[in-house]
Amino acid sequence: MDQFTVNLLFVGASFALYIGIAIWARAGSTSEFYAAGRGVHPVTNGMATAADWMSAASFISMAGLIAFTGYDNSTYLMGWTGGYVLLALLLAPYLRKFGKFTVSEFIGDRFYSPTARLVAVICLIVASTTYVIGQMTGVGVAFGRFLEVSNDTGLFIGAGVVFAYAVFGGMKGVTYTQVAQYCVLIMAYTIPAVFISLQLTGNPIPALGLFGDHVASGEPLLAKLDQIVRELGFNEYTAHHSDTLNMVLFTLSLMIGTAGLPHVIMRFFTVPKVSDARWSAGWTLIFIALLYLTAPAVGAMARLNITEQFWPNGTSGEAVSVETIENDEAYAWMGTWQKTGLLGWEDKNGDGKIQYYNDANAAMQEKATANGWEGNELTNFNRDILVLANPEIANLPSWVIGLVAAGGLAAALSTAAGLLLAISSAVSHDLLKGQLTPNMSEKSELMSARIAMAVAIAVATYLGLNPPGFAAQTVALAFGLAAASIFPALMMGIFSKRINNKGAVAGMLVGLLVTLLYIFLHKGWFFIPGTNSFTDADPLLGTIQSTSFGAVGAVLNFATAIIVSKMTAAPPKEIQDLVESVRVPRGAGAAVEGH
Amino acid sequence: MSENSDNNSYWSANIRTIQICLVIWALVSFGFGILLRPLLSGISVGGTDLGFWFAQQGSILVFLALIFFYAWRMNKLDAEHGVEE
Repeated sequence: MDQFTVNLLFVGASFALYIGIAIWARAGSTSEFYAAGRGVHPVTNGMATAADWMSAASFISMAGLIAFTGYDNSTYLMGWTGGYVLLALLLAPYLRKFGKFTVSEFIGDRFYSPTARLVAVICLIVASTTYVIGQMTGVGVAFGRFLEVSNDTGLFIGAGVVFAYAVFGGMKGVTYTQVAQYCVLIMAYTIPAVFISLQLTGNPIPALGLFGDHVASGEPLLAKLDQIVRELGFNEYTAHHSDTLNMVLFTLSLMIGTAGLPHVIMRFFTVPKVSDARWSAGWTLIFIALLYLTAPAVGAMARLNITEQFWPNGTSGEAVSVETIENDEAYAWMGTWQKTGLLGWEDKNGDGKIQYYNDANAAMQEKATANGWEGNELTNFNRDILVLANPEIANLPSWVIGLVAAGGLAAALSTAAGLLLAISSAVSHDLLKGQLTPNMSEKSELMSARIAMAVAIAVATYLGLNPPGFAAQTVALAFGLAAASIFPALMMGIFSKRINNKGAVAGMLVGLLVTLLYIFLHKGWFFIPGTNSFTDADPLLGTIQSTSFGAVGAVLNFATAIIVSKMTAAPPKEIQDLVESVRVPRGAGAAVEGH
Repeated sequence: MSENSDNNSYWSANIRTIQICLVIWALVSFGFGILLRPLLSGISVGGTDLGFWFAQQGSILVFLALIFFYAWRMNKLDAEHGVEE
C-alpha cells in the first residue's frame, strides 16, 4: 500500500469517528449549542479544552520554530503553558461563579454598560479572527501535504471541511468530539517522537531523551546538536541570541493572551462547580503538558536528523548529492513536500550536491568560498512542515506517517471549529440578540450564528493565502490582541471594586486599538502584504516586535482603566455587591442565560 | 456583619495565596528561564545548563504544581470559611 492510501485511511477513519460522535450528540437547543449543558466532568472538560487549545500552532508549527531557532523560541513553551496559571488563579473560578455563558456577558454586567459589552464583543471578534487566520495557515499545510496538492488548494479544501464541521457540531458535538480528537492528536504527536528518541538516544521518553546522550556519538544530544549547527555557521541551539526584553514581553504576551482568549475561558463556564473550575484548569494543563514537554525534544531531534540527512558524512565531509535526493527512498519526503511549494532546493554551484549552511554568516562565507559553494542550496524550508515531515525524515513506518497526518488535521480542525463557535456566539448571542434585535427567535439566532461562521472562515481563508507569518506566529498576534483587550478588563472586574464602566471601556479600547495599530504597522493593514511601514527585524519601538506588543497593550489597558476610573464616579452599590458575590463560591448554582 | 468580615478574611487569604503562587510562576519562567539563566549556567543538565531546562520543561512542571496546589488550598480555605458550595 502506498503512503497516500495509508494517509487516506488514517484521516478517513479519524474523521468518521469525529462525525459519528457529532451526530450522536447533535446540538438541540441554543443553550446546548453554546455550552453543552453543564454535565461535563473536569477531566473530560480538561481533555476537550486541551484539544480545543492545542491547535495547528502547537501541533504543526511550534516544534518547527523551536527546531530552527533553539533556546530563543522557548518563549512559546513557557508562554502557552504559563497562561493557565493566570487563568486558574485569576479568572476561571470567579467567572464560573458569575454563571453566564459568555465572557462579554460578564463584562457587560460587571461594568453595567451595554457599551462595555459591545466593546468586549468587538475585541473577541478581532482576536478570534486573527487566530483563525493562523489556523487556516496550518490547515493549508496539512491538507496540501495529505492530498499531495499545492498549499493554496489544500487551504480551500480545508476551509470547506472546517466550515461543515463547525456548523454541524455545535459545542456539545464538539466537546465529546474533542475528547476523541485529543486522543488522536496526542498519539500522533508522541508516537513518532518515541520512535525518534529511541533511534537517537535509546530513551523511550522524548522529554528525557532530549537531555540524554546521543547514541551514535556518545555525547549529550544537545552538545552534539550545538556542535554541528555551529560548524555550519548557524547559531548554537542552546544559546541565547535574541533580544532579552523582546523575549520577556513575548512570553508575557502569550501568557496573558492565553488567559484572555474567549474560546478557552468559555470552557470553564461548562463545569458543574466553582471548585471544578479550579481543578479543570489543572487537568487541561496536564493534557497540554504531555505535548509541550515532548515538543522541544521533537524540535531538537528533527534539527539533528535534517542536518545529518544533508551531511551524511558529517559537516566536514561531502554534502548529499542531487541524485540521492531524487532517487533514494530515505529522501522521498523531499519530493512529496516540494509539491506543496513549502520546500525547495537548488544546486547553485552546479556540483551535483546540495550544501545546506548559513550563508548569512561572515565566517562561514570564507569556508564556503574556499569550497566553491555559492550560497545555501536548501532554498526553502517552511517551518510549518517540520512536524508533519518529521516521521518521513526519520524513516518511520508508513502507519506512523498516516497517524501524524490525522493528528495534524485534528489539531487544526478542532481549534478552528472552537473559534468559529466563539465568533458566531459573539455575533449572534451578544451582538444581535444582546444588543440589536433582542426579540430574535431561537431559530434566527442559530441561523445568524452560522452566517457569522461562514463570513469568518471566508475572511480567514482569504488572508490565509498570504499569511502574516508561520502558523504559530500569526496565532501569537491573536494572543497579543486578547492580552491587550480582554484579560485586563476581566481581571480588574474581579479584583477591583473601584474600576467603573468608563474606565473599563476606555481601557479596552486603548489596549485593543494601540496593539492593533502596532501590529498593522508591522504586518500590513488588515494583514494585506506590502502595506506595512516597519518590519519586526527593525521595529518602531526599540526591540519590541509586533508579536510581543500585547504585553505593552495590556499595561496601557490597566493604566487607562485605573486613571479614568479614579477621575469618574465609583460603581453603584449593587455592582460592588456583585463583585463580592463572585469572590465566594457559595451559591454558584447553574448558570443562567441573561440578556 | 460577621459574615462580611469572614468574607474579607477569606478574600485576603486568597489574595496572599495568589501572590505567593505568582511570584513562583514568574521566578521559574522569566527568572530561571530567561533573566537569571546566566546565574544558573554553572549547573549543567544533559549537555546544556539548568536555565535551558527551566525554559523548555522545568517551568511547565512548576506551573502544573502551582495550579493543583492552588485548587487544593482554596478548596480547603472554602471549607474553613464556610463558603463552599
